[in-house]
Amino acid sequence: MLKFLQTLDRRWIFLLMFFAVAVPLIMGTTFPEKPSDQVLSVFDAVDNLPDGSNVVMAWDYDPASEGELQPMASAFTRHCALKKHNLYFMTLWPQGIPMIQRSIDLLESEYAATYKGKYGTKFVNLGFRAGNEGVIKLVVEDLKKSYSSDIRGTNLDNIPLTKNLKNIQQVDLLCNVSAGYPGSKEWVLYGSSPFDIPTVVGCTGVQAPIMLPYIPQQLTGMLAAIKGAAEYEQAIINHYPELNEIPAAKEGLKRMGPQLVAHVLLISLIALGNVIYFWERKQGTPQ
Amino acid sequence: MKRTIPLLISAVTGFVLIATAFIPKFVDWGNDAMAWFNLLAAFAFILGGGNLLKMQLQKISAQQPGWGYSAVTLIAFFITLFVGLAKVGVHPNINFPEFAWSGDYLSEGSAFWWLFEYIFYPLSATMFALLAFYISSAAFRAFRAKNTEATILLMIAVIVLLGRTYAGVWLTGWLPNEPILGSSGITYSDFHLPHLSEIIMDDFTTPGMRAITIGIALGVASTSLKVLLGVDRSYLGSDQEA
Repeated sequence: MLKFLQTLDRRWIFLLMFFAVAVPLIMGTTFPEKPSDQVLSVFDAVDNLPDGSNVVMAWDYDPASEGELQPMASAFTRHCALKKHNLYFMTLWPQGIPMIQRSIDLLESEYAATYKGKYGTKFVNLGFRAGNEGVIKLVVEDLKKSYSSDIRGTNLDNIPLTKNLKNIQQVDLLCNVSAGYPGSKEWVLYGSSPFDIPTVVGCTGVQAPIMLPYIPQQLTGMLAAIKGAAEYEQAIINHYPELNEIPAAKEGLKRMGPQLVAHVLLISLIALGNVIYFWERKQGTPQ
Repeated sequence: MKRTIPLLISAVTGFVLIATAFIPKFVDWGNDAMAWFNLLAAFAFILGGGNLLKMQLQKISAQQPGWGYSAVTLIAFFITLFVGLAKVGVHPNINFPEFAWSGDYLSEGSAFWWLFEYIFYPLSATMFALLAFYISSAAFRAFRAKNTEATILLMIAVIVLLGRTYAGVWLTGWLPNEPILGSSGITYSDFHLPHLSEIIMDDFTTPGMRAITIGIALGVASTSLKVLLGVDRSYLGSDQEA
């Protein structure tokens, strides 16, 4: 048996991983999630704002990381919509524009009464600007020097939401979802930290350790990976039970099922690999 | 001259940006500098495109192994560039209906949107999803407890992997909130896998990252000073080029 495993074709492992992800995904297996303190601080940052507050939604990710980040972007959007906040969408990634559109579609379909046909008065899409942290440095000081117009080409002075907005120091919350550079770290370093703008972020699992040192002084809270998204969704559902009826509001929770099985498979593979390793050592065969 | 002017531009811009943090009068100058930087960053896309063309054309003309991939890259590049610049299939903007090209190049239904949604999007997602397969193969073949450090790393990986899912709750959720052997501080429930995972992140990862971040920041500050003072000129290329 161990000899067979020693020369196991890696395509069998690929097949196992395929089933580990596909089966719970197809079956829709979910598990209960208890929001952590860090997730609750993100929830409170959005929820404690008075209805109709101004929130910047900086979506710095692309389709490659959408699987991990879209649930939290949707959860942020849904939570802000429940609070009827005014939303300013922008991105530092050229591929981020369609990601913003997904959130706008969500606003207009699920919260039509508040947002449908309210472009410019309840939400605005500033689109993409090149310059990475250079754009951040400018929008926190002088928004219109970086964005003279929105994505539709309309001058910001002609949009009710932006005509009196000098810079994003005037907003009530900065909400960033990021897959890397430029993203959460740059928003904290050049945006929130020097100007004390309350900021919450959602990021990939690999970014989480990089962002941890900024909590809680420079960063109010963070959603780390799909686990963070699932806990945040649960926190929103706990406070707004009507979301229990919306399957799309549980995307993160649904993805925890495949994550659990995949993690257990990984641990099993590590254990099996080590059994083979020690067996080889005992046999004196070269590793 | 070729080196002196870029050096001066870098030094003046850099010191102006430093001054904005301390002298409010400099804020407007700093904003102007950042606006120029953002314009230059937009031009960098043209430079990137030019570089891509040069590298791929070299591969094709030299018939290097895999030159066919370069040809595919170039064809994809030109098609995307054309449909984006020509705004193929874009409807005019509602604010400027008399201008045919006033619509957004990424508006729904446009050729660029179609390329993004049905080619770029699934390809990017697929590439990233493949990671799961390679990680599982690597876990089986490479993650071995060969020495003490590797064993500690392995144990931590198992705790975090389990602690970040419901498996951690399921495996250790039953541990009671009672003191271990009458000790006052430590309870059985302290060994809940999600709790241990949090301890690893908060008490080990965070201080470690903090130390690394501070180290990087000091390094960046000293390197920046060297660049601004003209001591480090490597970003200008070699002396021969000048």
